[in-house]
Amino acid sequence: MIRIENLSLRLGGFALQAVDLSVAAGEFFTLLGPTGAGKTLVLESICGLVPIVEGSIRLNGRDVTRLPPEKRDIGIVYQDTALFPHLSVYGNITYGLRYHRAANGRGPETVDRLVRQLGLQELLDRSVGNLSGGEKQRVALARALAVDPAVLLLDEPLASLDPNFREEIRELLKGLHRQTGLTVLMVTHDFSDAHYLAQRAGVIQKGRIEQTGSVQAVFHRPATPFVAEFVGMKNIFPAVLEDGGARVQDLWMRTGGQAAGGRYAAIRPEDIQLLDHPGELAGGNVFRATVARLTNQGPYWEVYAQTGGVMFRTIMAAGVFFRRSLKRGDTVFIGFNPSDVHLL
Amino acid sequence: MTSIALRCHKPDLFVGLMFFCTAVIIAFIVLPIFEMVTQPGWDSLIEAFADRDVLGSIWLSVYTSAGAALISFVFGTPFAYLMARKHFRGKRVVESIIDLPIMIPHPIVGIAILSMAGRNHWLGQVLQAMSIRIMGSVTGIIVVLTFVGLPFYINTVKAGFEAVPPRLEKVSRSLGASAAGTFVRVTFPLAWRSMLVGMIMCTARAISEFGAVVIVAYHPMIAPVMIYERFTAYGLKYSQPVAVWLILVCLVLFLLLRVCLVQKKPES
Repeated sequence: MIRIENLSLRLGGFALQAVDLSVAAGEFFTLLGPTGAGKTLVLESICGLVPIVEGSIRLNGRDVTRLPPEKRDIGIVYQDTALFPHLSVYGNITYGLRYHRAANGRGPETVDRLVRQLGLQELLDRSVGNLSGGEKQRVALARALAVDPAVLLLDEPLASLDPNFREEIRELLKGLHRQTGLTVLMVTHDFSDAHYLAQRAGVIQKGRIEQTGSVQAVFHRPATPFVAEFVGMKNIFPAVLEDGGARVQDLWMRTGGQAAGGRYAAIRPEDIQLLDHPGELAGGNVFRATVARLTNQGPYWEVYAQTGGVMFRTIMAAGVFFRRSLKRGDTVFIGFNPSDVHLL
Repeated sequence: MTSIALRCHKPDLFVGLMFFCTAVIIAFIVLPIFEMVTQPGWDSLIEAFADRDVLGSIWLSVYTSAGAALISFVFGTPFAYLMARKHFRGKRVVESIIDLPIMIPHPIVGIAILSMAGRNHWLGQVLQAMSIRIMGSVTGIIVVLTFVGLPFYINTVKAGFEAVPPRLEKVSRSLGASAAGTFVRVTFPLAWRSMLVGMIMCTARAISEFGAVVIVAYHPMIAPVMIYERFTAYGLKYSQPVAVWLILVCLVLFLLLRVCLVQKKPES
């Protein structure tokens, strides 16, 4: 369990401001944010690697705020793996055992189990210099887990891997988490990793936590315009609540029940459909629009449809796009369900 | 057309100039050394080697320089580590101070050290009370050689520490190793070669020092001082054999350095 309360610190050009974060025991939590938002700073403050100005950090109920890194009982895996280049694979994995042997006495068995789980049997005597990216990351995982840490911290562990190794390590992480019930805090800016691995997520921006909640909630019910934009809600408009719906400039749209905020309306591009007939989406918001721009994104096309002063962005599978032979200047009908309009 | 003609013509002159300058520089360095090594015959070399004074002075040069390197290792290593890892106000100033001994003219180094170790200075009085003598002593020579050699050690080792990613140390700490344990198990194994290179550089610098030593200690006589004395008292012919032996010692150091540097490459 990780509980960070009111954490503030400043390091070089980066700062954290009153960060509150809690990860339940056995939970896989992912911290999302753009580059430079302070994600790594959160990890390093949990590690005890940066001086803390204010606030407290508790791991499994133990206050570690003022403890040196070696007394905190954590494991960390970095994107660049940070393996010790002068040690063999085995030397790397067993590096921390001598500091923990007294505590748990089952170091060697843990190592054996990890070597099997991570498929490292053949590599033990190898030097770490000539391992593949995926192998390196597996060794780094084994090294961190060999000391049986209270929490596992992952700093973009998949970011620098080739796509096929990514899959493999992601699968491994999922399996390890399911089998061991480890508490994991992963920092990433990759949404698919977050969706695949995490149960809860937080979004950090400029050293502040913008929102925390279930992955589902963060992606589908963003609390702030920043989070909405960050999680890919490309349609974010200033809105006014009116007549039980929302008015964006001169468009009035029906909304779902939740009227939490009310200063912005946000709609995911994939929730906006291009309709053949205006009557196709009963009970939905339907507008006549002009195709203003089309961009090729490979497997899908992005369609910019303008109605009045409002520009909606939607996406279309490449196959559908070609069948409909859409072009700039076409008049189309766009529609979306009231429940897909998120009020922020 | 003119531009093509120019382009064809100009590089020739330019390339020729490059080769000419390269040849001049190589000759400028190698020729004097070659002449000095070959001019004295075997007889005079053997004679010089049999000379107890010559042998004594070369040995003194070697072990005082090695002593300076050892002191640099002991005190300079933690300092270099601090400079490589920590950022603090005034770090630039501290770095400049380290480079000062390189910039100060050598005789002035000797005079500076004497002015501190003299009877009129409190430190001189303390040293005297402990019956440590700087002027005209081996201790004095080592002090001077450490002074001039230290920057070479520190700058080399600092660069060596900087080449060790801080993340490795962070991981080591997270796995339970203390700061000291991390240094011993991670930082040192990855940086020891730079320490060796630093010690060789420091020794090489120290062994060639003359100006500062001659002021602090004319006797006991290190090899450069003896070469100077023989030159002024008896002339070129008598100083050459000693010089050849000293240069051989330097060449051995130089070879060691090359070996260390070459082996470093494939590992990293």
